[in-house]
Amino acid sequence: MSASYQKRRLVNFIAFGLTGGCALLTLGVLFFILGYVTAHGFASLSWSFFTQLPKPVGDPGGGMANAIAGTLKLIFLAAWIGLPIGVLGGVYLAEFGGNAFGFFVRYAADVINGVPSIVMGIFAYAIVVLPMKRFSTLAGGVALGLMLIPIAVRSTEEFLKLVPRSIRESALALGIPRWKAILWIVIPAALRGLLTGVMLDLSRVSGETAPLLFTAFGNRFWSSGWLNPIASLPVMIFTYAVSPYADWHRQAWAAALVLLMLVLISNVGARLLMRKRIRAF
Amino acid sequence: MKKLLAVWLVGLLGAGYASADPLLMNGAGATFPYPIYSKWFDEYHKIHPEIQFNYQSIGSGGGIRQISSRTVDFGASDGPMTDQQLKDAPAPLMHFPTVLGGLVRPYHIEGGKTELRFTQKAIAGIFLGSVTRWNDPEIQKANADVKLPDAAIVVVHRSDGSGTSYCWTDFLSKISPQWAQKVGKGTSVNWPVGLGGKGNEGVAGLVEQTPDSIGYVELIYALQNKIAYGSLQNKAGRFVKCSLDSVSAAAAGAARRMPKDFRVSITDAPGESAYPASTFTWLLIYEKQADPAKGKAIVDFLHWMLTEGQGYTKGLGYAPLSPQVVAEEKAAMQRIQL
Amino acid sequence: MPFVSIEKPLLRGPALRRKGRGPFGIGDRLFKGLALFFAWMILAIAVMIAWQLWKNSALSRRAFGWSFLTGQIWDPVGERFGALPFIFGTLVSSAIALLVAAPMGIGVAVFLAELAPRRVSDACAFLIELLAAIPSVVYGLLGIFVLVPWMRVHLQPWLIRAFGFIPLFRGPAYGVGMLTAGMVLAIMVIPFITTLSREVFMSVPVSLKEAALALGATHWESVRLAVLPYARSGVIGSLFLALGRALGETMAVTMVIGNRPQIAASLLAPGYTMAAVLANEFTEATSDLYVHALIEIGLVLFCITILVNGLGRLILIKTR
Repeated sequence: MSASYQKRRLVNFIAFGLTGGCALLTLGVLFFILGYVTAHGFASLSWSFFTQLPKPVGDPGGGMANAIAGTLKLIFLAAWIGLPIGVLGGVYLAEFGGNAFGFFVRYAADVINGVPSIVMGIFAYAIVVLPMKRFSTLAGGVALGLMLIPIAVRSTEEFLKLVPRSIRESALALGIPRWKAILWIVIPAALRGLLTGVMLDLSRVSGETAPLLFTAFGNRFWSSGWLNPIASLPVMIFTYAVSPYADWHRQAWAAALVLLMLVLISNVGARLLMRKRIRAF
Repeated sequence: MKKLLAVWLVGLLGAGYASADPLLMNGAGATFPYPIYSKWFDEYHKIHPEIQFNYQSIGSGGGIRQISSRTVDFGASDGPMTDQQLKDAPAPLMHFPTVLGGLVRPYHIEGGKTELRFTQKAIAGIFLGSVTRWNDPEIQKANADVKLPDAAIVVVHRSDGSGTSYCWTDFLSKISPQWAQKVGKGTSVNWPVGLGGKGNEGVAGLVEQTPDSIGYVELIYALQNKIAYGSLQNKAGRFVKCSLDSVSAAAAGAARRMPKDFRVSITDAPGESAYPASTFTWLLIYEKQADPAKGKAIVDFLHWMLTEGQGYTKGLGYAPLSPQVVAEEKAAMQRIQL
Repeated sequence: MPFVSIEKPLLRGPALRRKGRGPFGIGDRLFKGLALFFAWMILAIAVMIAWQLWKNSALSRRAFGWSFLTGQIWDPVGERFGALPFIFGTLVSSAIALLVAAPMGIGVAVFLAELAPRRVSDACAFLIELLAAIPSVVYGLLGIFVLVPWMRVHLQPWLIRAFGFIPLFRGPAYGVGMLTAGMVLAIMVIPFITTLSREVFMSVPVSLKEAALALGATHWESVRLAVLPYARSGVIGSLFLALGRALGETMAVTMVIGNRPQIAASLLAPGYTMAAVLANEFTEATSDLYVHALIEIGLVLFCITILVNGLGRLILIKTR
């Protein structure tokens, strides 16, 4: 073996050793965080947590049933509002967007991503709550939906661009109209990445607190319809965590754990549903 | 694809149903009284299940702004509205005091739970930054029996705007002309020194963890976290420890001079046993109620709050209103038009 | 790469004119129109946000003009507002976050995509995605209870002892501070970088890697020569997303940064960011000028995001 080959093997070893070190450190921190939240949250979980409404401090029992339902409702609405804009916008950028207009749209998406969540909340407050003169689930859904857009756009575009040109060209060569080629050939080929991007997006947004403070507001009771204030897990976590009561702190940790579990279940569920469509699984 | 679409549509329709609603009243405002308000609204709901009071603590300033924008039915604030704010509101707003609370200064020094006494000059100096070490003569002379360490004081204040800060800076402005001129009072101020902690919990946490630190929090936080908080010199020159009785004593001193609209500051109140850093907290309600059903619900609740409600305060660390104030409030309630 | 070449029709003559068929048929036009509509919406939303920020900061802009950007005093009572300490804090904490998170995140992504066995890689990626869902507030709590004491007792004193001769590492060890905030931000943005980069690495056609290996490259060289260049656009996209999150993060930062509006040379000193001051003071802001000043901070942050993104794109184009 020549000397330069030895050197290259050494570089190989060191480089991968470094990445291994990064992975160890990151995964270590990750497991620590997840373990911490689980340990603190698990101790406070109980059946009443999932079925009861919040109780004032000092009263035994009490749970966050309305907040769990509220988070689900809000994410559902946000997905309805934000994902079509984000995903279809990303499709446009990937398939038709090599021009100046595409440049500005990408730029705009990144800029929206940098807007602090509280500014997004203030924006939604100004365009939904003030005209309607009420806090509502709708306003919360709008605020969260807007926050979904940048990641959806970016990840959709990037993963569509990764689909090799040969796939597109062969579809067109067979006489399939372009729109069908994109919908039925290109997008399924990128589906795994698209799904990852969308799930990451939804996960991130489900933990947002600040935008909901001025839009969905919060609700001690069950919220009906779309025009009333609604409770959500992140807001409850925030409210309880900054209180002085140990009982509420425990409930805050339990809520954090439940939020994580919701995200976990939806991630797993989505992947299982898409299993048939994704070849690489 | 089609399956997804179907799921979405069904979910959208299903989640949007509205059943026969109980009357929902929304309120926003101060964080300080959140525990007692949530207790009250819960108890009231048990008596009147057809009425739901939904209170969210987004901050005193938030409460003032939301009630002024009419996005909520009532507001709550730890600091009374200024004349300018009342003028800016679309219709006349009334203030109704609900409970009393006090602010304490938790601190963290070697030897843990020693009880320190703070003169007015000492406490003002600490927060102004002119008293920088724990063994400064100003602090030491009030605590002759304690050996204070020669360490730099780390001041901790609130980073977020709050009625607690308003009360504390109001107190400092009264006892120190230098503070009043240099910094002033408000929910957020330009603090001369110190770190900012988020929320009462943030300040309590920082003080607990940082050696040689001192901060200010509401009484209940210091009690729950079992942090030492010492006593403060009041207007009469005595060192008083914060307790429900001393806070009530401060309010009693003020009740004699209570203005008609209840907007009064009771910091640095006269009286032997008055605790100097005490405050009322208020509900903000429109004098002319737009919706008769909601107006009646509010008036009924106020009535309950002033009578049975006051019985729940001590258990949660708040001082109840004095009988004179309760009587004056009941009279003022007559002015609410439905 | 968008394939502009396909714009030219492959079919000509009568075949093209059949409705619904061919590259310019009704279906294509509708689809392109729909996608275009949503793309326009994104632009419109960004413009609307900018307009709202501009409109609702009018009082403050008129009162302070450019001195808002250079002033260092933030006095709500005296109604004098200067945003420089916050700008400094945001830029420094985000810079620390990216400097730490980018190599770590990409390193982990490479490891998971290239070295780890498939099952392990999938499981780890899944768990890392969960990190993205943890609410900001929980990161803040973990910061206060775990990171801050560790910083105050172990890392900060060590830094002062070992590197105290550099102004970057001087000052008392509070535990909270700029460095702590940067580290919390780094932990918060790593999931974005890692998850997306890993997916991108795994989408690289196997043929490219095999070609490199067939030519005698070591495993690392095949990554460096075949995978990384192909994935460059996607990885950098994830970095932009991470940067955006770091610039706008509020809750977690405000709990560990010390919230002191000052410009200090030391990384150990407390600081304050634009997003944090907005979150802290907005709900309690009383006077109109105060509210407008806070919204002007939002506007400044918006502009900084535009500038930083623009800079990043310039670098991208220059190094192509």
